Amino acid sequence: MRGYVAIAQARARVLLQYRAAAVAGFGTQAFWGMIRIMIFEAFYRSAMADGAPMRFEEVVSYVWLGQATLMTLPWNLDREMADEVRTGKVVYGLLRPVDLYGQWFARAFALRSAPMVIRALPMFAFAMVLLPLVGLEAWALEAPTLEGLAMWLVALGVAILLSSALTTLWSVALMWTVSGDGVTHLAPALVTLMSGMVIPLPLLPDGVRAVVVWLPFAGLVDLPVRLFSGHLTAAEAAPMLAAQLVWWVLLVALGRALLGRGVRRLVVQGG
Amino acid sequence: MAQIEVEQLVKTYAVSERRPGLWGAVQGLVRRRQRRVKALDGVSFEIGRGELVAYIGPNGAGKSTTVKVLSGILVPDGGRCVVEGRVPWEERIAHVAQIGVVFGQRTQLWWDLPVVDSFELLRDIYRVEPPRWRRNLDELVALLDLEPLLDVPVRQLSLGQRMRCDLAAALLHGPSLLFLDEPTIGLDAVSKLAVRAFIQRLNRERQVTVILTTHDMDDIEALCDRVMVIARGQILCDGSLEALRTRFGHQRRLTLELADPHAPLVPEPGTALLGREGARVSLAFDPAEVTAAELIGRLGARYAVRDLWVEELPIEEVVARLYDEEAAA
Repeated sequence: MRGYVAIAQARARVLLQYRAAAVAGFGTQAFWGMIRIMIFEAFYRSAMADGAPMRFEEVVSYVWLGQATLMTLPWNLDREMADEVRTGKVVYGLLRPVDLYGQWFARAFALRSAPMVIRALPMFAFAMVLLPLVGLEAWALEAPTLEGLAMWLVALGVAILLSSALTTLWSVALMWTVSGDGVTHLAPALVTLMSGMVIPLPLLPDGVRAVVVWLPFAGLVDLPVRLFSGHLTAAEAAPMLAAQLVWWVLLVALGRALLGRGVRRLVVQGG
Repeated sequence: MAQIEVEQLVKTYAVSERRPGLWGAVQGLVRRRQRRVKALDGVSFEIGRGELVAYIGPNGAGKSTTVKVLSGILVPDGGRCVVEGRVPWEERIAHVAQIGVVFGQRTQLWWDLPVVDSFELLRDIYRVEPPRWRRNLDELVALLDLEPLLDVPVRQLSLGQRMRCDLAAALLHGPSLLFLDEPTIGLDAVSKLAVRAFIQRLNRERQVTVILTTHDMDDIEALCDRVMVIARGQILCDGSLEALRTRFGHQRRLTLELADPHAPLVPEPGTALLGREGARVSLAFDPAEVTAAELIGRLGARYAVRDLWVEELPIEEVVARLYDEEAAA
């Protein structure tokens, strides 16, 4: 375990060096969050005054929390891994006395957690403190209840695990496709739509929603966010969280099996 | 029992081929041709504890493949390979914990982190007890003069500095077996000497078995008692440096400096022309066939010789001839 933790920490240390990217990213995300809230406000004023499946405040939380934790989404390739697969450097992971999948997962975990932490903190400050100060209370992020906060943290942990497993899966796929264009085109569409990043899942048509909330993407954004805003209680969320954990186990098993095959293949080609 | 036993190792790669040009690319969509390349074709050897062995051969001969099999990265198609009682690819994790590997062409250090961070990371990955790690690190830092480099990010190191750090990284967990794949490639003269001196000390004082692949014959002359030559997946020659030399008789090289750089050369019986650069002519000869004195007398009578000297055939020459012979076969 110590080895995996050390690998993740090393990756995180490198990722935390990119401060300029974090500042620029924060600016874009804050701006983008405002625009999305305006769009939802327009919808709510014109069409969904009564009987909406979510209060407007809950939609606002959905947007801000989604922006704050954007970096956890497995919507792109791990570029460092992609380079290593292409150059064959990846095989040298086999020279370490630790499990190869574990090494890949640890690195993905760092990628999906460290940058998120440094961007989430200013986003919370912006959405919870700054917006009310300038008179935009309606667009501000509501403070959670203690239970909501605790459950959000738990669900966020599950989201990072899921995201790391998916990211590792994308990296493993590179062993077959080399350039990774397929993944870079498919993953964002799949992940942003199914996780609730584009439209909050409760606002989807009933039939679609009933399926999507049980897919492994719902655990990335929808579940943690709705726990934070109180749209879901801990009791309601428990079976959903359990389902997401089952997905995680399955994704890890799949990634592990494919990696094993990929390594043999690489080896056949003369790594 | 030998530390490393390799018997009849076979490894074949499938290489996808397509015909050149656009039409070839179109054909490739439908039908891919695969060529099978035998990287290892029945390789056998034994290496005992504490040996320092050079493993040489032309590019693509199977050197790296052998090293990869021995280090557990590659699974061979056939044959037997046991290292300290372990089959490398079957017990990969237990195996790699006991070996060190340095690839001269790529670093195993973390590019963006200071050197010492990489060393700490390796301590955790190899689960080395901190006091033991500290002891090893202090020793390696002293031997390789790493003190001023420890806080420098790896990407800022020169190649020579990086190689010294890579050597330390491969030894922090105290392996009993070290694979060095072209450790002096691209290094300047001073760095080369430092790396060689270190390898020699490591082998003598710590009894670490070293397998060195290189194209630098000076490395071999400076370090190795035993040389294995591989070409086209087969071991051509395995023995001492002396034995390798005597493979072509005890050949000598005679170099003449002629007074006239354009003097026409007459083939001399019992010699082979190695090369000519203007006034300087080198011949190989076997003293068993023609003595140096006799040859010098004959040449002196035929040409106006300004200077001449006789030396042992350089190891480069021996190896080049061995490769040539193999390629011609």
